Amino acid sequence: MNKNLILYITILIFGVAAPFIFPAFKVQLSILCVLIILAITWNIQGGEMGYNSFGNILFYGLGMYLCASVQVGMFFPLAEWTESGGEKTFVHTPAQFFQGFGVGLAVAAVVPAIVAGLIGYSILGLRGHYFAICTLGLGVAAGEISGGIEIIGAGQGFTTPPFPNFGGLEARGEFFYFCSFVSLVLTFIVVKSIYSTRFKLVLNAIRDNEDKAEAMGIQTMKYKIIGWMISAFFCGLAGGIMGGLVGYIDSTDVAFDGREMGVFMVLMAILGGKGTLWGPVIGASVFHIFKEGFWTFFLGWQYVALGVLIVVIVIYFPEGIMGWLREKYPERFGEVVDEADRKAQVELK
Amino acid sequence: MISVQACLDGILLGILFALIAYGMALQWGVMNIINIAQGDLVILGGYIAYFMYLYGIHPAWGVIVSPIIMYFVGVGLYKLVINKVVDRDLFISILATFGISILFMQLMNFAFGADVVLANSGYGTTFLFDSNVVLPNSKIFSAFVSIIFAICLVIYMKTSKLGRAIRATAQNARAAKILGVDTEKVYAATFGINAALCGVAGALISITFTIHPYMGLPYTIRSFMIVIVAGLGNLPGVAISGMGLGVFEEFADYILGTEFRIGSVFLLLVLILVYRRFKLSKKREYLK
Repeated sequence: MNKNLILYITILIFGVAAPFIFPAFKVQLSILCVLIILAITWNIQGGEMGYNSFGNILFYGLGMYLCASVQVGMFFPLAEWTESGGEKTFVHTPAQFFQGFGVGLAVAAVVPAIVAGLIGYSILGLRGHYFAICTLGLGVAAGEISGGIEIIGAGQGFTTPPFPNFGGLEARGEFFYFCSFVSLVLTFIVVKSIYSTRFKLVLNAIRDNEDKAEAMGIQTMKYKIIGWMISAFFCGLAGGIMGGLVGYIDSTDVAFDGREMGVFMVLMAILGGKGTLWGPVIGASVFHIFKEGFWTFFLGWQYVALGVLIVVIVIYFPEGIMGWLREKYPERFGEVVDEADRKAQVELK
Repeated sequence: MISVQACLDGILLGILFALIAYGMALQWGVMNIINIAQGDLVILGGYIAYFMYLYGIHPAWGVIVSPIIMYFVGVGLYKLVINKVVDRDLFISILATFGISILFMQLMNFAFGADVVLANSGYGTTFLFDSNVVLPNSKIFSAFVSIIFAICLVIYMKTSKLGRAIRATAQNARAAKILGVDTEKVYAATFGINAALCGVAGALISITFTIHPYMGLPYTIRSFMIVIVAGLGNLPGVAISGMGLGVFEEFADYILGTEFRIGSVFLLLVLILVYRRFKLSKKREYLK
């Protein structure tokens, strides 16, 4: 326990100090935080509950649009803002900007959770691959439909309010970094505390055998909906922050970007190890470093690399990093290992 | 008259969808794999016909050439990737084929450019009901060709040795193996035939409509939808639900506007799945 506490404090200190140690990577670090949040949220129902969703991008995009719309709509007419296409006809004062962003983030987190609760009863009744395809359809439909709605910019996109001239240009990166870092810490704490309760056991029971879980008297539907709502809450929050960070929202390329973000979150969770607490965190970090380090070498071939990466990870590495570690050092995970048994297994191999 | 036009358009379009869905039903039934890359195979087939058109050959010949090439693409894909996911969890196959789909999309984008293209067949148009209904002859041609291909395939599956082996494997792969069917070969052939059907459909789509590297996913979703509405191995059902989907799409296009066309297809998928889920949950069952 003591060791863990030191680890957490080290990570926390490093997280707070990071933008000052690496000032050039502030935006990358904020994106990393958002990616970790997404991987963790996907893992709640993808890894722990066994409901592999391709559609969590729905909540992410919803949060993004909601946060930006609230931030603008609180002070200015929304339709005129989007029509002007980012021309600075209206300027937020710093107070307005931060107020709007705060309220926007709250809305961006709560509304997707409510949406997840509303559609949860219908969608979560589907199982296995039907659930996967249905959520895939939901995500793409949301992108296509939001691309046709005029008030949020339709096809030409939505420019989020520019950061107010406040403490120089540097403050922008730090503001969004700390926003995303605080949300990440919040997400991690909430998810960790959830995972130490009975709730996680129920989710695992649903993953292992839903019929039997139901037969044991667990109201599986209730737990599934709550799990999805938690996932949607933080997903929406991450979307809201990402919208402000990117500064421009497009329906299919930024918000409901199933081809990029929607796949990334699944891939990161699987790469790190489904159904573990630290897996998504490690997976997202490794993935982001790989992506940023090598994407530039591929020069436009990044999607080809992504496609190959998905196939390779899924086929040859479905257990993920944590699964691999677990197999290699089972003692560290609190599993009791019989030494003779292990030797025999190694010899068998 | 608009509704007659939309109905006819939809039915002709739906026959094409049914052809793609037939391929999907075939490999879903035999290999128990949902192929997200289905639509991208269609688009690839379309580009083959388009290239023939660019080099001065009439694109209608693509209907013959494209399936032959696509058959080998399908078999190659099977040997490289699909054979490793056949017996695994369904989600793994979905994700792996999703990766293939992204890969194909981007490779086609590099190879052929991101423009919307169309192979002009020069077939002219037919006017019906005092020119109130306009039907391009290419649409009639494509519907006709797809029906011929579907019928040929059904006869082939019923009579040939390979067809019998495929049907046996679909019923029980283990028993088929015991009785001397080389299931590995059957799987490869099934995936190849599926890809070939996609090739035919793609060639027809490149003549009738337009193709674009990123247009694959809607075709996958449409064929998935048709298969789950009709059920596996229900051929007349596939044809009818394909036409129904085509008509629905034309009406959605006309009533809601073109920008909501794809969105309405995806929403329809969600609605159908939810409808079936509620219907089955009355019997305490779920979609399997």
